[in-house]
Amino acid sequence: MSIEVIGISKTFGTFKALNNVSLNFPDGELVALLGPSGCGKTTLLRVIAGLEHADTGRIVLDGADATDKDVRQRRVGFVFQHYALFRHMTVFENIAFGLRVRPRRERPSEKDIRAKVNRLLDLVQLGWVANRFPSQLSGGQRQRIALARALAVEPRVLLLDEPFGALDAKVRKELRRWLRTLHDELHISSIFVTHDQEEALEVSDRIVLVNKGQVEQIGTPKEIYEQPATAFAYSFIGSVNEFRGRVDGDFVRVGDEKLRFQTGTFKNGQEVVAFSRPHDTEIVANPQSEDGVSASIKRILGTGAVARVELVANGEAREGRKEFFEVEIPGSDVQSLGLSTGQHVKLRGRRLSVFADQNGTQAAS
Amino acid sequence: MFGVNKRVLPGFGLSLGFTLVYLSLIVLIPLSAVFLKTSTMSWDELVSAVAAPRVVASYKLTFGASFLAAAINAVFGLLLAWGLTRYTFPGRKIVDALIDLPFALPTAVAGIALTAIYAKNGWIGALLEPLGIKIAFGPPGVLVALTFIGLPFVVRTVQPVLEDLETEYEEAAASLGATRWQAFQRVVFPTLFPALLTGFALAFARAVGEYGSVIFIAGNIPMVSEITPLIIITKLEQFDYKGATAVASVMLVISFLLLLVINGLQAWTARRTGRAI
Repeated sequence: MSIEVIGISKTFGTFKALNNVSLNFPDGELVALLGPSGCGKTTLLRVIAGLEHADTGRIVLDGADATDKDVRQRRVGFVFQHYALFRHMTVFENIAFGLRVRPRRERPSEKDIRAKVNRLLDLVQLGWVANRFPSQLSGGQRQRIALARALAVEPRVLLLDEPFGALDAKVRKELRRWLRTLHDELHISSIFVTHDQEEALEVSDRIVLVNKGQVEQIGTPKEIYEQPATAFAYSFIGSVNEFRGRVDGDFVRVGDEKLRFQTGTFKNGQEVVAFSRPHDTEIVANPQSEDGVSASIKRILGTGAVARVELVANGEAREGRKEFFEVEIPGSDVQSLGLSTGQHVKLRGRRLSVFADQNGTQAAS
Repeated sequence: MFGVNKRVLPGFGLSLGFTLVYLSLIVLIPLSAVFLKTSTMSWDELVSAVAAPRVVASYKLTFGASFLAAAINAVFGLLLAWGLTRYTFPGRKIVDALIDLPFALPTAVAGIALTAIYAKNGWIGALLEPLGIKIAFGPPGVLVALTFIGLPFVVRTVQPVLEDLETEYEEAAASLGATRWQAFQRVVFPTLFPALLTGFALAFARAVGEYGSVIFIAGNIPMVSEITPLIIITKLEQFDYKGATAVASVMLVISFLLLLVINGLQAWTARRTGRAI
């Protein structure tokens, strides 16, 4: 089922959680709503579900306006971060809940309920816990039961609010792979909220990047990772080195030093922020080099194919400059460049991405 | 012989010993004195003391009115707790504090206040009089007094559970197609039920033992509105110590059995809903 969000705004007191958000979720995809905490992604999900009502804007489900429909009428499956399983019911009864509360005329027979619940238990591979209570299950099992419960009512769309947020790293990884497989089987339109970029990149067909109540970028994980559209997108996805400075011809002037960049048209003197991924950052062993920002090596990790070098900026912490840098180079380069801890070097971006700096806190040069 | 069964938490012997000594000093020894005194009576004496029609009528009133009052408190206490936890309104803190007043008030004060209000010439009594409803100086007065003193128990046991019950559960129920009523009936109420039962038991126990507030409003008419604690006091005033302890023993046994049943009910619901007991 397609979901359309048109011009949604929502304010809590003086806090603008969502600011005129318009989105279109295509049918059958697994979409991640990704953003830092407090960016409005959960609010957006709750508005789509009908658990929260927007101040302005409309929600269109399957081509029909659902703005004034409440959560019961929207037929959406909602999975909560903390599972929200009913504690006093067995796993079986939890899953059967949605079927049992139907009006008598639409309620399936006891036999059908039993068959359906068992089918769902098999789907989430937990048939053997049917008669246990939620408190007797592990976190990962609970979330799978919560998912089965949501699927029992045959929702038109599945909404998951930080579904793996309360789980430990290993279970989390297992479960997200499992969710992906499940989605490939069922093809039900799904939206899940996460603040974990790795999770979004790994699981989803499409990522909606949200920041401060607005959509920053929409795209496939590959697009989002390789072509971040904004400074926020760049700094939020993946690790990145950040240089703030002013445009000076073909260079970005960072303090007393400069970095060469190739793309983009900026006025001279414009305040910008330049990004470079760790694997696109070069270390120049000669600290006297013209091009580059000076830093000193703090640690060298890994001696295999890829070495990770952590560096800190030289001198006192200057305003507007990120203190810490991370560079990934072939392990052999550590030897050939003769890098060692404490050494003063210069950093250079192979593919520097430069964006106008909106909140320009610029070091005096 | 103690070293074999090592426990992680030290001081088991000391704390168990203290618990038993303390419980004995404060509860068990005084109570056993009641039975000891009673045991000096002959069987016929005992039966005539505890099974006299006037005494039996008082049991019925005391336990019946206490049960009814606890039931009323269970319903309205739940409503009050709901109102106090689910909604914010000006003066909520004050209302919240008022709930505890029946705890703090000397029961005699409560009795006098209630009598003044519900008597024929009181504010509420005067309104009910033309309708032929008489509250003070009769069994309904007993019920009013017992409801008054039992209210905080239900509110205070249900309130914390309700506060912990996140709206997420109701949202989950709604997203699965449950109506508001179904969400309450199938999700909220079963979660509250053990706490409600505890509140009910406490309110009931308190009402059974209540004396001060009731004697002012009850009218204390033998066979009609005389409660068992009053019978005991009356016997004491007539220096019939044996008779008093005999009636007290019966009260103790009935109260104990009823509380045992309520506890059993609690354990049963806990088992049925997967909670540890």
